[in-house]
Formats: sequence, structure tokens, C-alpha cells
Amino acid sequence: MSAPSPVELDQPEVEDLTFTDRPWSTIVWNDPVNLMSYVTFVFRTHFGYSRKKAEKLMLEVHHDGRSVVSTGSREEMERDVQAMHDYGLWATLEKADG
Amino acid sequence: MSDGFHRRRRGGAVATFSGFEADLLRSLASQVVELLRNEVAAPHDGDDPLERMLDFSGPTTEPEDPVLARLFPTAYPDDEEAAGEFRRFTEGGLRDSKADAAAQVIETLEEAGLPPELDQDGLVLDVELDAEAALVWLRSFNDVRLALATRLGVEDDDEERWMSLPETDPRSHVHDIYQWVGYLQETLVEAVSR
Repeated sequence: MSAPSPVELDQPEVEDLTFTDRPWSTIVWNDPVNLMSYVTFVFRTHFGYSRKKAEKLMLEVHHDGRSVVSTGSREEMERDVQAMHDYGLWATLEKADG
Repeated sequence: MSDGFHRRRRGGAVATFSGFEADLLRSLASQVVELLRNEVAAPHDGDDPLERMLDFSGPTTEPEDPVLARLFPTAYPDDEEAAGEFRRFTEGGLRDSKADAAAQVIETLEEAGLPPELDQDGLVLDVELDAEAALVWLRSFNDVRLALATRLGVEDDDEERWMSLPETDPRSHVHDIYQWVGYLQETLVEAVSR
């Protein structure tokens, strides 16, 4: 049996407590290996995007070197990045603008 | 020479491989398994003994092998601490997932009739994948291609460089294999895309 002992917690910063609006992004980066068709397929399969949207994002990755493929809470974005790594895409997280 | 995957009527895909091709795929997949399972995902968390004892889980620093670094990219390029935490919680699972996918490719090839040692000419195998298995094969093809490309140093638009290598250069042969797996992956994507 155990009981929690009192622990002093740091006052959370207000910023961490805002539930508004999608503060994090999943970025997919261009690389010379992944096939355009496969990247499109992954975006459709994992995110459920339409072919049109998936192709648009894939072309952004291809031409601009990177694309924001999803936005949401930090936890959600970590799940997306992990899934992208499982598919072999090069993905990172960053804080969305603002 | 296999002409790659074709759509199966009830979903998924089929392909026909020669014994040589199936044996090559098995060998590539087993190298992925070996790479992922051999280098233990050991924690490198500094020298604090307490910290080491409390660390039950995965590594926190980028793998030294460039292939592994590509398979498990750093998720937070500008935040070392967050990157370490992310790696600790994800790399072990990702390694297992990728090794399992490669192992499933090998198993399917052997179930389709690839003997443990390829010792006969003229062997032909039909591989049938349902939609779920096709996804596993796609991921595994991709890992194989990332591994080969990293070892070769493949870059964007570098076709000419590979074409100009003499046939005796082993990299020329490896690049052919890389291209061939890319072709198989492309046909498999097409076969399962709606």
C-alpha cells in the first residue's frame, strides 16, 4: 500500500494551460529516397486525407523541402511524428506560429 | 524478372518472383532485422548511477550509425531535452515495429515456397498480400531503401552519377538493387491505392 506524499509542484505557466487552437505542428521534410506515390499514400492512410489534399502536401514537401502535415496538441503531434517515422518519413515537431 | 505487384480483386496485391529475387528480398529484410536487433537500444544517459537505475526505457541520443539515425530521426531538432525524451519513449517501439515488418516479409516469402537455402534453378513464387500485409511490406521496402540509400549516399537527381559507374564497381550493383526495390514499392503502392 502506498499513499501520495505532499509534493511541491511548480506553478504551471499559463501558456501551457491554454486549450485553444492547435499550438504544435508536424513537419515532413523532403529526402531523396521516399517515392512521391508512397508519401501521398502515407498521408492518405495515416491522416485520412483526400487524394487531392495528400498530393498537395506531398508536392509541398517535394518543392519547398518541407510541409506542415498536421497541427494539434503536442501529444497528438508526437503520435503523428512517431507514425511518420514508422512509415520511414522524416518528420519533426515544432511549435506553430504565434 | 518480376513485373512487380498487381491489384488483387478482393483487395491487397499479388506478385510473382523468381527464386533469386525472393532470396534477395529475404537477404535484404534479414539485414534490416539484424541491424535493428543487434545494436541494442541502450540508454546513454550520462554517468549518474541513480539516473541510470531509474531509466528503464529507451535511448535518448541519436544513433551513431547513419542508417539508424535516418530510420529514427530527431523529432525536436532545436530542443535536445525534448528530443531525448521523445526518443526514449518511441525508439524502442519503432525498432520493434520495423524489425517485425521485415520478419513478416521473410515469413511470407518462405510460406510462399522459398526454401531456407536456395539451391534450385527455375523456382517461381507467387506472393499474395492482403491490404494489411501490403502495408507492412510497403514500410519494409521503405526501410530497405532508406538503408541502401544512406550507405550509398544517394542524393536528389544524381542518376548520372550512378549510370557512369563502371559495372565492376560494387556500388553500381547495390544501386541497381536499390532501384529494383523502389520499382517493387511503386507497383505495390499503385496496387493498393484507391
